[in-house]
Amino acid sequence: MADVLFLTELIGLRVYGLKGRVIGRVRDAALVPVVDPFRVDRFLIGGAFTWLSVRHDQVRSITLDGIRLADEQLTPYHDDEYMFRLERDLLDQQIIDAQGRKVVRVTDVTFDVARGEPRDTLRILEVDVGIRSIFRRLAQGVLPPRFVRRLQGPIPPSSIRWEFCNILEADPQRRLRLNITNELLEKMHPADLADIVEELAPGDREAIFKTIDSEVAADALSEVEPEIQASILESLEAEKAADIIEEMAPDEAADILGELEEERSEEILEEMESEPKAEVEELLEFGEDTAGGLMNTEFVALDEAATVAEAIAAFRGNEELLESSSALFLVDGAGRLRASVPLARLFLAAATAPLADLAAETPISTTVNETQERVTELFDKYNLLCLPVVDHAGRLEGVITVDDIVSLLRQS
Amino acid sequence: MIRRFRHHIAVFFSVIGPGFITAMVDNDAGGIYTYSQAGARYGYLPLWTLLPVMALLVVTQEMCARMGAVTGKGLSDLIREEFGLRTTFFMMAALVAANLTNVMANFAGIASSLELFGISRYVSVPAGAAVVWLLIVKGSYDRVEKVFLFATLLYVAYIAAGFLAKPDWNEALINSVKPVVIFDIGYLQMIIGMVGTSVAPWMQFYLQAAIVEKGVRAREYAESRIEVIVGCIVMTVIAFFIVVACAGAFAGSPRDIKNAADAALGLRALGENAYLLFCAGLFNASLFAACILPLSTAYTVCEGLGFESGVNFRFREAPVFYWLFTLLIVVGAGVILVPGFPLVRMILLSQVINGVLLPIVLIFMVLLVNRRRLMKEWTNSVIYNGVAWGAVIVMIGLTTALAAISLKDLVVP
Repeated sequence: MADVLFLTELIGLRVYGLKGRVIGRVRDAALVPVVDPFRVDRFLIGGAFTWLSVRHDQVRSITLDGIRLADEQLTPYHDDEYMFRLERDLLDQQIIDAQGRKVVRVTDVTFDVARGEPRDTLRILEVDVGIRSIFRRLAQGVLPPRFVRRLQGPIPPSSIRWEFCNILEADPQRRLRLNITNELLEKMHPADLADIVEELAPGDREAIFKTIDSEVAADALSEVEPEIQASILESLEAEKAADIIEEMAPDEAADILGELEEERSEEILEEMESEPKAEVEELLEFGEDTAGGLMNTEFVALDEAATVAEAIAAFRGNEELLESSSALFLVDGAGRLRASVPLARLFLAAATAPLADLAAETPISTTVNETQERVTELFDKYNLLCLPVVDHAGRLEGVITVDDIVSLLRQS
Repeated sequence: MIRRFRHHIAVFFSVIGPGFITAMVDNDAGGIYTYSQAGARYGYLPLWTLLPVMALLVVTQEMCARMGAVTGKGLSDLIREEFGLRTTFFMMAALVAANLTNVMANFAGIASSLELFGISRYVSVPAGAAVVWLLIVKGSYDRVEKVFLFATLLYVAYIAAGFLAKPDWNEALINSVKPVVIFDIGYLQMIIGMVGTSVAPWMQFYLQAAIVEKGVRAREYAESRIEVIVGCIVMTVIAFFIVVACAGAFAGSPRDIKNAADAALGLRALGENAYLLFCAGLFNASLFAACILPLSTAYTVCEGLGFESGVNFRFREAPVFYWLFTLLIVVGAGVILVPGFPLVRMILLSQVINGVLLPIVLIFMVLLVNRRRLMKEWTNSVIYNGVAWGAVIVMIGLTTALAAISLKDLVVP
């Protein structure tokens, strides 16, 4: 078995000076993440009158029987803002397990004891959760540590490697000093991140949205439950909120702004750039439960005489739109919808083929004032992936996609 | 102005739920028994305790609701974060023990209320357990909460039963505000019981968790506070009608009753309707509490110890939560079917455990609610702290007394 030590064993361990005299017991251990995010940098010792601080390079050996020092020149402990104290700041707190994609509560910490000359060092290996670590916490101090280790043997361990742990810290200053980033969260699937965020306390939730990249924030935010969306946006500065909303699809942005109180949504709109702002404002005009309220204004519309090559050119450089589209639309000179062309049909067509030849046989569309129920019926009846929405004059205004319908049905 | 008023009403209805439900479940089978006994034996005399009970409830519940709204964390989460795992573990163990006996008492309530309708307990208890289990496991939180809110409406049965019992309203109103202390051991025990059972440890955990689950924020807290207070008032009104119904029914011949079903039988003398309403009320309250208690216990324990919890997870994702929930129901319902099971002793034992646990919970609550790091500008004011500590000390005194009485009865039956 690898040479490991648990935080529960470390706390309370005796610290011996050069002549074998007991100086005190370990009260806490601290990392200094800006220097090394894994190595235990300080051991805090409860001495006779005050806490003392032991630097990692003052240690000689670390075993279950105690810590022996190589240097006795200890300084009194002062709360240092660059220190991440494991007992105080990590134990019993919630963290995000970025690999398992869930919020967990830390019960214990496992260190790897790197034996060496001239000294032993402790490096954080994993954070322990689950029954085994609960048992260890409860038994520690009641039974001898070696006996506890033997007893816990049969219980399956449940741990998260330190590199996959995302620490929660609401204070932005402290995040900086402790070098806490949300890189792990930014790599997660937005839907998973949304689930995690829903489980957190509001303070932690807001801290995450304040710091992560606006694009990731936008993707995650659109997956979060509506009430939580509103509470997050209300807590952010209008400028940051606007940045996030700009990154969202206009229909989702409009839905979220519709959830907010009017004053607040005005404030956020003020901060937005003019183009996305205009689109969102237009959508906000429509009733929430009409086709206009459901639709998205991002789509590709081409002249009815356009060819396959022109269609491909229109999508080139706009991969995001391509990913979310399943059809493109043909309009006449006045912007009136003439036909819709399923994108799949472009695959097999020659570059010079006119798009009009590839159009769906029966053009199906709806108007901005149509009710949600009727729209849902259309999707069901014609097995649609997307549905163009036109105004009273037949001009193409937007598109409703099947994912909008799925969310709608799940909500009711 | 009108618009703002409408806005407040809308927010009030959007936060309604947690405070109401908690206060109503406080009138569970055990509570109904206590109040019926008080009315049957001492008539209108003990009614004056209800106002102080209400005040105590409001003070404790308000702090929990505030902590939930401000921190967004449950009480067991906060205790774990601030006081460590070992403390949390022992609290949770005591809570499971106390709540298990509470669950038993409520399944006993289901059994005895339906036996009055001629349904055997060997049918009613397993059916009740199955209903509870399926409702929680197969329903979503929103739907479950709607069912619960509907269940709170059925407590109206007691108000109707109170009227049908034709009590002496004059007497009842005077005694509600005029404290009468008789130095009679039975009477004092009764008073202590009425107050001591009114604030239970599980309520604090449940209310705070439910406020968090509901997503109430500090900004909307004003409405939540009203909801909590209204819940406590309604709960007191219902307790009033239970006491009054029994006082009216037993006016000619005050006597001891052995359980809430006895109270219902006493009402039969006044007519079939009062009797039926009382039975139906008892059944509803028992079933309601039999839903909430196991759910709340499983939630609280899993949150505190860091296991996945919540009805939104599947069985496999949150095994500890579901197993604990299931075991509480199976054991709580199962023992009612065991002939000769010492239920009364179990309930006494639960009073003792509650009496030990509640002081710790209350002290932790007041400590937590005053931590500026957690509560920011929402900590208690100096005056409020005086009231809170006063309430806590009164509650500790009374529950300890109740625990001591129960312990005595337990050791010397």
